[in-house]
Amino acid sequence: MTDSAFQIFVNILLANNMVLAMFLGLCPFLGVSARLDTAVPMGLATTFVMLVASLCAFGLNLVLTALHLEFLRLICYIVIIASAVQLVEMVLKKYSPVLFRALGIYLPLITTNCAVLGVALFQTSREYNFVQSMAFALGGGAGFTLALVLMASVRERLQLSNVPNLIQGTSLTLMLGGILSLCFMGFAGVGG
Amino acid sequence: MSAQGVNTWDQFIEGIWKQNPVFVMVLGMCPTLAVTVSAMNALAMGVATMFVLVCSCLLVSLMRSIVPKEVRIATYIVIIATFVTVVDYAIQAVSLALYDALGAFIQLIVVNCMILGRAEAHASKNPPWIAVINAVGMGIGFAIGLLSLGVVREILGSGTLFGVSLFGEGFQPWVVMVLPPGGFFVLGGWLLVFALWEKRKQAKEAAK
Amino acid sequence: MTTNTVPETQATPTGAMLRTLGLVSAICGLIIVSSYHGTYTAVQANKKLATERAVKSVIPAAKSIAEYWLAPGGSPEIAKGGDLPAGTIKFFAGYDAEGKLNGIAAEGGAKGYADVVRVMYGYSPECQCINGLSIVSSRETPGIGDKVDSSKSNVDKDFMANFKALDAKLNADKTALANGIKAVKHGTKTSPWQIDAISGATITSRAVANGINDSAKALLPKLVPQLDKIRSKS
Repeated sequence: MTDSAFQIFVNILLANNMVLAMFLGLCPFLGVSARLDTAVPMGLATTFVMLVASLCAFGLNLVLTALHLEFLRLICYIVIIASAVQLVEMVLKKYSPVLFRALGIYLPLITTNCAVLGVALFQTSREYNFVQSMAFALGGGAGFTLALVLMASVRERLQLSNVPNLIQGTSLTLMLGGILSLCFMGFAGVGG
Repeated sequence: MSAQGVNTWDQFIEGIWKQNPVFVMVLGMCPTLAVTVSAMNALAMGVATMFVLVCSCLLVSLMRSIVPKEVRIATYIVIIATFVTVVDYAIQAVSLALYDALGAFIQLIVVNCMILGRAEAHASKNPPWIAVINAVGMGIGFAIGLLSLGVVREILGSGTLFGVSLFGEGFQPWVVMVLPPGGFFVLGGWLLVFALWEKRKQAKEAAK
Repeated sequence: MTTNTVPETQATPTGAMLRTLGLVSAICGLIIVSSYHGTYTAVQANKKLATERAVKSVIPAAKSIAEYWLAPGGSPEIAKGGDLPAGTIKFFAGYDAEGKLNGIAAEGGAKGYADVVRVMYGYSPECQCINGLSIVSSRETPGIGDKVDSSKSNVDKDFMANFKALDAKLNADKTALANGIKAVKHGTKTSPWQIDAISGATITSRAVANGINDSAKALLPKLVPQLDKIRSKS
């Protein structure tokens, strides 16, 4: 692929936003986006795991392709991601116990976040080189955080509004997600 | 749940209605919204996920007495990833067109929270026969969830059902339904319908 | 995935953990390898069928097809099995019933609206132009972006007319395309190497154009001077 790193970054951040257009990372998007002060750390932690996973996946792919063991790709990627999450957990526990407690169960759930595995899988199928992969992972994390922050901000405001009981909960969050997704469609073509 | 006194029918029906993964537990959202652009894709994804779910639960249940609890999550993930890889190759062998349509979401079945959750909460604590029946029920529930989205999105967004044109030439398709926002709206709509139904049921029971 | 909080006296010995993990890995490894090999022939057959179909749709007169690999600085050779080495370009040559070359086909791809759009285009050595287009894979918006696909019922006929004789001549010293193939706004096409984009589907049209351009500018300057080597079926 001949896209520049900048184009890739802007594309996955806006025009093909990871959450709102590619549907990756929806479980935390629906689950953690109730409050801004949990949404932001979650987004940042996921971005960090994405970068580490992308880096390892790139190296791993080179090794597996050289040894003709491509069918082990999926298992290796998921093991790498699980390890990266363990690493982040240990680092957070040591350096910021408050944040660790605040994120609670959501931290280990980054392992089953399709966004992280999705980054690794897409960069492999699109055959990005190292710089492109890094841009993709960074843009993916930024896009995820952006979507999460937008949703959290709206939901916080909505708590003070008069929303019909029937639609409250996941149904409302999904409708909001749909409207956000519609808005992001306006970015089509940005970044070349 | 212990093996005795467990109603097999209850095990089966649990995943279809009371604990439907799509509408009740809201798990496995990523493939649910991404591949339900057409009813055929939705069905294929549902079947593929059910295959992975049943095989993984079977293997996890068979090994439940020899897997130490410290490494159980890692073991379950490796088992699930194995069967996802099998499904990946199976779909390629059957139809490249379908493989292309489902794309990366076949491999993303491995992070479908529903499968890991089921293995952890149920299969690791029950004998294989029970685990498989429950998994089949869950898989069917998931497939039903996907199908209900796929059918609505395909009818409104392309005017066809399973590729068969329903409305003829003059139909102006509601294109947004087959685009990402449509996925969000349709699922939100279904949840609203269920909430309404639940409310009516409760009102009826309160009136008794 | 969270840290183990079971008291020491109940912890499983490391040996048992390793043994179980080893057993699980062995079983899973066996399952994966057997499914990979079991489906290998079917998958390869499917891929070959899809490629042949795409090539035949861009070189309709071809009675037989041969796949060639062109290494940098080398001459076109019949494709060997296995993976494509880095830097080598793959293309297909179509031969008529007498074994004479009647067209070249190659793949290209570029980012469209949703994901990468992969195309197969046909190049005719006689007119030095591109005379066929087939979409290999695309995930563009149905009803809008899929108008570039000739296999769909709503294909835009004016867009497909671009590919009857799309100029792909080389420059004087045969080192590059004389004019890059570009998509231009609908209704503004002035030269035979431009592609008139579909009104309202500019991004997908541009993806098709860029895919063809990137592939042609890499392949044609290397291939055209050596066309005589593959004029008759080897």
